[in-house]
Amino acid sequence: MAKSVIVYTTPTCPYCTMAKAFLKEHGVPFVEKNVAADRRAAEEMIEKSGQMGVPVIDVDGEIIVGFDREGLKRALKL
Amino acid sequence: MHELVVVGAGPAGITASIYAARKRMEFLVVTRDIGGRTMLSSGIENYTGYQYISGAELAKKFEEHMKEFDIQVKFDEVREVVPSEGGFRVIGSEGYLGKTVIIATGARPRMLNIPGEREFLNRGVTYCATCDAPLFSGRDVAVIGGGNSGLDATLQLTRIANRVYLIERGNRLMGDESMVEKVRDSGNVRIMTGTEVLEIMGNRFVSGIRVRRGGSTETLEAQGVFIEIGYVPNSEMVRGLVRLNELGEIVVDQRCRTSVGGIFAAGDVTSVPQKQIIVAAGEGAKAALGAYEYLQTGKW
Repeated sequence: MAKSVIVYTTPTCPYCTMAKAFLKEHGVPFVEKNVAADRRAAEEMIEKSGQMGVPVIDVDGEIIVGFDREGLKRALKL
Repeated sequence: MHELVVVGAGPAGITASIYAARKRMEFLVVTRDIGGRTMLSSGIENYTGYQYISGAELAKKFEEHMKEFDIQVKFDEVREVVPSEGGFRVIGSEGYLGKTVIIATGARPRMLNIPGEREFLNRGVTYCATCDAPLFSGRDVAVIGGGNSGLDATLQLTRIANRVYLIERGNRLMGDESMVEKVRDSGNVRIMTGTEVLEIMGNRFVSGIRVRRGGSTETLEAQGVFIEIGYVPNSEMVRGLVRLNELGEIVVDQRCRTSVGGIFAAGDVTSVPQKQIIVAAGEGAKAALGAYEYLQTGKW
C-alpha cells in the first residue's frame, strides 16, 4: 500500500521545492501543507517535529526534518 | 579516471561544468545540491541581464542551463581530496578520480558561538530567512548582522513579523546604501548598532536574547533569531593539501590556480574577496578554461 506522505513547506523555501521535486521524480504522491499560510499546519508541524525548520516530511508517522535525500529513500524504501 | 572532477554546484561549479561540457571534456560533478546559496537569496538585482530575479528562480535557470548538456552529477558530500597516481582522488561516500579538480564548494553561515545558539537551532534560531521567515508572522524577531545578508533578511521580515530588531556589533550598518534606506523606511525595524548579542534564551523555543550596548545589558523579547554574520569557506576537504589564507579560503591566482598543480578553485570558497553570484560564475568559467588548458599543454 502506498505510504501516506505529508510535506510541510513555505512557498519561498528552496529545499521544500527540491523535496517536492524529489518525491514527484520518484512517483510518490504527497499532501503539501503550507505552514506560512496555515497556522494550524504550522502548529502541527512543530508538534510533530519539535522544531520550526522547513521542510518537514511525515512518511507514515516517520518525521524527516530538512531535505534529506537518504533519509527519504530509507523511509520510502526507494 | 575523469579528466576533471568539479566539486560543488553553485554558480561557480555550474558555470565551470557548462564550460567544461562545451569543451567536450569528460568530467563528473560531485555535489550536495544544485544551486548552492544562490537559492537562498530572496531577490537579486545585480546579475547582469536580470533587473530583478529571485534566488530560487536564478538557481533554477542555472540548473536548466546545466541540464542542456549531458552532465554526470553525483550527489555526495566530499570529505577529502588526496593526490593519486596521475591526478587526485576525491573522497565522499565513495572515491572519484580526476586528472584535474575544481573546488567550488562555497561557504556556509558563520555561527555566533554564544550560549543558546546550538540548543535553539530550528527552535527559533535560523540561518535561512528565505526558508523560515514566513513561520514568524506576527512575532517579534531579531536579525543579527548588518551586512547585505542581514539587511536582506530584515527586509523579508518587515513584511511578515510584528517587530524586527536589527543588531549590528559595529557602529554602522555595512550593507549597500540602497538596502539600508529601505530598512530605515520600513517602520517596524529597530536598528541597534554597537550592540553585541550575549545569549539566546528560551524554554522549548526561543523567547528572547540578551544584548550588551554600551556599558549596559538588556533583554529583548523575540521568538525568532536570524543569524547573518557572514560565512565560513567550505575548504576542509583540501586543508593541508592546498594553501589557505588566514580566513580558511583557498588561495588562488588570477587563473583560479591553487598552490597544487591540477587543482583549481572558484567562487566563495576562494580568496577572491567579492562574494557575489556573478563573480562566482565568472570564476567558475575561468577555472574550467584553466583546467582545459592545463590538460592540453601540461603546463601549470
